[in-house]
Amino acid sequence: MGLLVKDKEIVTPGEDLALGMDYLPSYGTFREGERISAAKLGLVSIDGRVIRIIPLSGKYMPKTGDTIIGKVVDVTINGWRIDINSAYSAMLSMKDATSEFIPRGSDLTRYFNFGDYIVTSIINVTSQNLVDLTMKGPGLRKLGEGRIIHVNTHKVPRIIGKQGSMVTMVKDATGCRITVGQNGVVWIQGDQPESELKAVEAILKIENESHISGLTERIKEFLEKQG
Amino acid sequence: MLVNQMKNERRSHLLKFLEKGLRYDKRKLDEFREITVELGVSKNAEGSARVKLGDTEIIAGIKMSVEKPYPDTPDDGNLMVGAELSPMSSPDFESGPPGTQAVELARVVDRGIRESKAMDTKTLCIEKGERVWTTCIDLVTINADGNLIDAASLAALAALRDTKLPEYDEKEKKLDYKSRTNKKLPLKKTPIAITVYKIGPHYLIDPTAEEEELIDARLTVTTSDGKLCAMQKGENSPLTIEDVDKMVSLAIHKAKELAKRL
Amino acid sequence: MEKRTDGRKLEEMRPITAKTGIVKNADGSAMFQIGDTIAYAAVYGPRELYPKFLQDPARGILRCKYNMMPFSGAGERVRPGPSRRSTEISLVTEKALLPVLNLDEFPNAVIDVFIDLPQTDAGTRCAGICAAAIALADAGITMKELVSAVSVGNVNGRIMVDLTYEEESTEGEVADVPVAFMPKSEQITLLQMDGEITREQLIKALEMGKKACKEIHAIQKATLKEKYVGESDEE
Repeated sequence: MGLLVKDKEIVTPGEDLALGMDYLPSYGTFREGERISAAKLGLVSIDGRVIRIIPLSGKYMPKTGDTIIGKVVDVTINGWRIDINSAYSAMLSMKDATSEFIPRGSDLTRYFNFGDYIVTSIINVTSQNLVDLTMKGPGLRKLGEGRIIHVNTHKVPRIIGKQGSMVTMVKDATGCRITVGQNGVVWIQGDQPESELKAVEAILKIENESHISGLTERIKEFLEKQG
Repeated sequence: MLVNQMKNERRSHLLKFLEKGLRYDKRKLDEFREITVELGVSKNAEGSARVKLGDTEIIAGIKMSVEKPYPDTPDDGNLMVGAELSPMSSPDFESGPPGTQAVELARVVDRGIRESKAMDTKTLCIEKGERVWTTCIDLVTINADGNLIDAASLAALAALRDTKLPEYDEKEKKLDYKSRTNKKLPLKKTPIAITVYKIGPHYLIDPTAEEEELIDARLTVTTSDGKLCAMQKGENSPLTIEDVDKMVSLAIHKAKELAKRL
Repeated sequence: MEKRTDGRKLEEMRPITAKTGIVKNADGSAMFQIGDTIAYAAVYGPRELYPKFLQDPARGILRCKYNMMPFSGAGERVRPGPSRRSTEISLVTEKALLPVLNLDEFPNAVIDVFIDLPQTDAGTRCAGICAAAIALADAGITMKELVSAVSVGNVNGRIMVDLTYEEESTEGEVADVPVAFMPKSEQITLLQMDGEITREQLIKALEMGKKACKEIHAIQKATLKEKYVGESDEE
């Protein structure tokens, strides 16, 4: 009876986490009779009686309220289809695209064109995973010249840091403009190629080394180093 | 035209780096990613090699067989090159019969080997007009991250060098794949394909997929001991004679460097 | 008497090695080698499924493609592209993996599993399934448990596990039985047979396969954990 794993242990699908009714299965787990088992590869998280799995890999799953970076892949009669680096593409409709009134029959590519990257927010996800986006909100905009890189979605919180502390540190040290989408798409633009390369390197370093303790210190040191 | 506009924004961003002699992964413009060549990666193949150029990975395997020669070359061994852009290696590749990109890849590799006369095909004749050795090179992408042509050519060459012929019973006219002889393929040359990519006024080699998406034109130059033996221009933008001159000279230079390391 | 041509015991598998993350572009990937058979598996998805008429609004679709590289087989070159054999193996591989997946989470989408074999010596579909199960977990797909597979069989009355090509082609009464288990719940998700075997021999072979699959399962788990060792959620 009781727990069969430790908090923060890595488990694989099917592994038993707890026996008996003392614990409650949450995200990434399932109950079958007496057993609670993992349904995903990830870290066990035990919070009181609640057991869940923190995934370490996998595609971005759209969530209402997330700020993400998307790419315009199609322009339709009443809006834009946006690739959001997920299993599903999303729709940005005319009414959510701008505060400006867009008359019917306008050339929509004047606002957002094929291949444009945008910072956008998810306003709705249906049960069929139809995703609606909006451009109305602070910081939501079309991205200009710059570089796009992709990172593991599950590392995004580490790249952003507590209250944005990590990404702010990278921005301050390199003078680059950086936007990190919850969907693992990152936009970076620096005035100098050298400083932009430094920022990209720092972000990839955070992604790769987030599990080694002392991350903040290491990144700080890396950013202070010349060259 | 509209589609190109955004590509142009991303392109002009990369150009700012190239103007300073920098690339997105900090390499110089004429610098290869880390190259590794591993031989004998597939036991049932008579020869095989795995080549990695950074994150691009390709396996080449050789199967030998004895076939009838082509009527116009009755005493020459046959050569066949096939390429699969495996859907495993990129989200952009789909299952199905080889598309134009795969066919081009196979043909460019084929031409480099054939036209450099890398193999002494006469020694691959068993009985004139009746039976000759056929060398079949198959290329399979494992992970595609740019510059597949150079990686594939290198893998093909390495696999040819790794090849040992199976036992052939002259009387029974039968191949025994289970017993392998010590006989190697009659390789006389070292054809090396170097693709030079042009973006704006810059020439670079071995692009990642991220860079490759933004290039204007490419020219694959296959050389053997500094001599040109095959070429292929690709992508949409035209080249001037001056471009070609510069690209060929860079390719010859890089091929010599690469040949030394083999 | 009890030893086999390569010196193994009847219930002994060939040496196994496995690795995750072998294809950087993929959402999940794995290599699984048993003896001289090597399978690569790469998972892409869930992703949008086109053409649209293939979509299922109620659940996602699993699509497996089994492919032997042209130079991977003993003997002659294998012609590239799908054959009747590879099409059937792709189908049974899908059926072997489906029971552990919950595809309701991804209506209209597809999970693609590509299995490619650079080198083969029997047991290829089983090696492919083992690699695919690791790759699916590596891709973060929701699964009830993993799937493990091995071939068992009868070689002239001797029941054994993980037959080599040489053993499969022995003269006399021979049966090759590829079998996949959900190793935890001990349920069979793949079962094929060709050759000659009695009912009693079959049951004995399946029991042997179940035990072997549990050993494979331990290797699959260890391989997955190895990739993520040291991961934690905090500073």
